[in-house]
Amino acid sequence: MALTPLQTLLMILAVAAGTQITRWLPFWLFPENRRPPAWTAWLSRVLPAATMGLLVVYCLKDVSWTASPYGAPELLSVAAVALLHRWRGNVLLSIAGGTALYMVLVQAVFV
Amino acid sequence: MKEKTGRRGALRAAFPATVPVLTGYGCLGLAYGLLMAAGGYGPLWSTLMSAVGFGGSMQYAAAPLLASGSFDPLQVFLLTLMVNARHIFYGLSMLERYKGLGRARLLLVYTLSDETFSLVSTLDPPEGVSRRDFFLCISLLNYSYWVAATALGGVLGNLLAFNTRGLEFALTALFAVLFLEQWKHRENRRSGGLGLACAALSLAVFGPERLVIPAMVLILAALLGGRKLTWL
Repeated sequence: MALTPLQTLLMILAVAAGTQITRWLPFWLFPENRRPPAWTAWLSRVLPAATMGLLVVYCLKDVSWTASPYGAPELLSVAAVALLHRWRGNVLLSIAGGTALYMVLVQAVFV
Repeated sequence: MKEKTGRRGALRAAFPATVPVLTGYGCLGLAYGLLMAAGGYGPLWSTLMSAVGFGGSMQYAAAPLLASGSFDPLQVFLLTLMVNARHIFYGLSMLERYKGLGRARLLLVYTLSDETFSLVSTLDPPEGVSRRDFFLCISLLNYSYWVAATALGGVLGNLLAFNTRGLEFALTALFAVLFLEQWKHRENRRSGGLGLACAALSLAVFGPERLVIPAMVLILAALLGGRKLTWL
């Protein structure tokens, strides 16, 4: 441990405070007992789809597209997820299949 | 008694939905415990961080700071606000769904991570299961996976031999599947496509470290710009 226990505790609390503020902010701004402006209901409807797109890109943000293997394991595995999901529509199967393929690709194919 | 079967029903409905998160958190939480142990922080510290600071990417970002002994809580606090700014989207999206759930909302918001959000924003409870119990089960299961995996990683230290390389892709696959689930509904396609495009643009312009906030601003601007401004 490079920090003292008290210092470590304060660092942990700083992370916790920052995280919790970002989680609570919308609920503080628009409390339940007051009618929220109409646009928040609209945002509640349209944001989840956009956010899922953001999260997919966020997960792939550290892939290097200009050096070998040019993101091939990621692209192939995401494609496998999409095809499996189109074919069977089973969430668990799509995730397990895509992940298994990715593990084989990064451990045995593109090493 | 009725209450009890209701809760058990909620758990039975929620558990299968959380299995991908169990895989992803199991792997990433374990790795986090190992990483902290390598930096000199045993299972008690890493588990405390996971239980209190619950937020994967920021915990990973803070690990090297702890290991190197740089003590600057204010800087870590500000960094956390930036890394986790995406949570604001989750809260805005969940205002309606988390309405009228009483004190349960404290736990729900406390544990609203990326993965939990992706499930509670997409799935609805089956008939006979209350919204509150269903969302609580998903949230608390995911939370406990993360904390337990961290503890296990901290205890195991470097004893692990199984090659888990690539297992973290389970989370990417989870988000991709939930994106496709949203895509099924025609009215969500424009918003989903905008999300992908704005995030990709932001990644290209600002790079992987600063992608989140510009992407959020772009998404909001594009959504608002494309909407008839009747609410003004």
